[in-house]
Amino acid sequence: MRQIAIYGKGGIGKSTTTQNTVAGLASIGKKVMIVGCDPKADSTRLILHAKAQNTVMDLVRELGTVEDLELDDVMKVGYGDIKCVESGGPEPGVGCAGRGVITAINFLEENGAYTPDLDFVFYDVLGDVVCGGFAMPIREGKAEEIYIVTSGEMMAMYAANNISKGILKYASSGKVRLAGLICNARKTDMEFELISELARRLGTQMIHFVPRDNQVQRAELRRMTVIEYSPEHPQAKEYLTLAQKIADNKMLVVPTPLEMEELEELLMKFGIMEEEDESIVGVAEAA
Amino acid sequence: MSDKIRTIDGITKESTEALIAETLSVYPDKAKKKRAPHLGANDQGSGSACVKSNKKTVPGVMSARGCAYAGAKGVVWGPIRDMVHVSHGPVGCGWYSWGTRRNMMSGITGVTSFPMQFTSDFQEKDIVYGGDKKLKTLLAEAHDLFPLAKGISVLSECPVGLIGDDINSVAKTAAKELDIPIIPCNCEGFRGVSQSLGHHISNDTIRDYIIGTREYAEPESPYDIALIGEYNIGGDAWSTKPLLEECGLNVKSVWTGDGELEKIAATHTVKLNVIHCYRSMNYMCKVMEEKYGIPWIELNFFGPTKIRESLRKLAELFDDNIKAKVEAVIAKYDPIMQAIVEEYKPRLDGKKVMLLVGGLRPRHTIGAYEDLGMDCVGSGYEFAHTDDYDRTAPEMPDGTVVYDDPSEYEFEKFADALKPDLIGSGIKEKYVFQKMGIPFRQMHSWDYSGPYHGYKGFEVFARDIDMAINSPTWNLVKAPF
Repeated sequence: MRQIAIYGKGGIGKSTTTQNTVAGLASIGKKVMIVGCDPKADSTRLILHAKAQNTVMDLVRELGTVEDLELDDVMKVGYGDIKCVESGGPEPGVGCAGRGVITAINFLEENGAYTPDLDFVFYDVLGDVVCGGFAMPIREGKAEEIYIVTSGEMMAMYAANNISKGILKYASSGKVRLAGLICNARKTDMEFELISELARRLGTQMIHFVPRDNQVQRAELRRMTVIEYSPEHPQAKEYLTLAQKIADNKMLVVPTPLEMEELEELLMKFGIMEEEDESIVGVAEAA
Repeated sequence: MSDKIRTIDGITKESTEALIAETLSVYPDKAKKKRAPHLGANDQGSGSACVKSNKKTVPGVMSARGCAYAGAKGVVWGPIRDMVHVSHGPVGCGWYSWGTRRNMMSGITGVTSFPMQFTSDFQEKDIVYGGDKKLKTLLAEAHDLFPLAKGISVLSECPVGLIGDDINSVAKTAAKELDIPIIPCNCEGFRGVSQSLGHHISNDTIRDYIIGTREYAEPESPYDIALIGEYNIGGDAWSTKPLLEECGLNVKSVWTGDGELEKIAATHTVKLNVIHCYRSMNYMCKVMEEKYGIPWIELNFFGPTKIRESLRKLAELFDDNIKAKVEAVIAKYDPIMQAIVEEYKPRLDGKKVMLLVGGLRPRHTIGAYEDLGMDCVGSGYEFAHTDDYDRTAPEMPDGTVVYDDPSEYEFEKFADALKPDLIGSGIKEKYVFQKMGIPFRQMHSWDYSGPYHGYKGFEVFARDIDMAINSPTWNLVKAPF
């Protein structure tokens, strides 16, 4: 069983990419489980065609204790026999979402969710690793392979670099490795070249360049993956290719994150960022 | 095990059910509905639980439970004397659980035993930046200061589980660097409904990190046993261990009273596990049975009747050599016990006792009271499960009241109706009942006394019970109600 965690900046398309990729893996005969590690609980809706799945923490809240919970209550099976679990958690501003992730993963472990027939477990994790709870999927004995979803936008690349710093910390004491960047294209300038170069600097690869296509949104309106909605569409083929590449991927590295200057220099080189003019810093327009 | 149905004058299933109904009547509907299944009249013949248990305490009622951390630190880990036990988190949990359980230890403090308070004393910055680096430093310092400690346990307090510090990874690295066992136990207090889950988590941790990692130096013998769930409260193990040895058995390790890490780690080579506190350690007995084929037996060392029954049950599993020794032991102690009974029974005969203790004593001590001529008219547990209540049914007289995780109100109400001559419970209950004019013994810690286990313990037990009930003090005070 390979356990894979997907990280990336909030809103970059982690959940969409994860679900389309997992659907791709399922369509080539792989057994997969998705564990949504985000209180928004939108990591499985395209697989289950559901608005929102009953999450582990929802049921814990209802029943009072996690001990009274059964695996069947929280694990649903969707397209391609993909097993789906959402950790769930509080609405923004209250409680502790990180603990929700820990509770949910402990629960899955103790209740035998990690069955030997599974080929892959995917953790779709909240954008920012804000506390130890969101690092739970990459603790020892969990995911050893991490993919970062990014685009050619500056903030997405900053996030990818920061996540690499986090992976470096965990890689030094454990088996966690960076397995690649997935470019979820935003049609920014020189996006392919830029992310390829960022991947190279991080010591990894851009495992796939997923072009932007509105077919993804059309499928999402029906709460479906492109793979299921229109298996013959070119975008479905893209996700299928990504799935196959992940299945075949052997390139697992300890990342070499960039210093801030290095990253900015890279952005300037590709014309994303203008060279800084120190003489105008702090000078008002009218001055 | 009693083979005939016993009853108490004035107590019937109907009277108990009426008492329960009256008690519940003051509750709001929702609380009443939740509490009702946890109160019942014993059906002695059924041998099965008459109440629901191991459920979340009803909010708003005051009950007497601890937390998972308390179960781990106070019960399972704390008594292991040759380890350093680190309470990982803010200082209070460690401080207020320090030395409160009276699990006595032999050894030289700081050399062969470490009954001190170790804590990482979390501050704001440790919550914000994580406590893993501090833990790593602490482990190195503890090893530096106490190089003879055989290992270190790291017991998580609540905030560690919230901020998601990976103590397992720190423990693993530090164990390698310091070359001693460092055992992380994820026993955050908020896990589970009571301290019971802390026992279970700790058992699982012993399974994952300790059992099978050492061997005994001496060659194996067919008489090798381990004493499980004996915490040496007030020196209990120092009564039961010599007793079992007198019966010809080699007690290779005690879990965990006055316990030693390496002996616990080698327990997988014994021939039999003798378990006293079933609730807190049945898990490991089952693991050792499944994994190493070690059978286990539940025994009761409270009071001569139960001790005699238990020793004979134990002898059945061994050869004639042990059987003869057991009979010799019984023959030796029976007259001594008879003398104790003759001294105290005339003053205690017909007295009534009510109990509320943790997970074992509400059933295990009943026989000892009965040896003194007393009757148990009500019993209940803080954190027992259904299998404990199943085991309670045959021990309690028929129709008597059984209460699971009762509120102070329920307990007081039952005491008021049943007018017991003694209540055995915890420190929080003690003064409430004494103010009601009811004699009381603190039965978690043996009220600064003990041991109560074994033959040696019965003498102390009988004396204490007599002293509590027949103290002239009670004639000098009159409760104003």
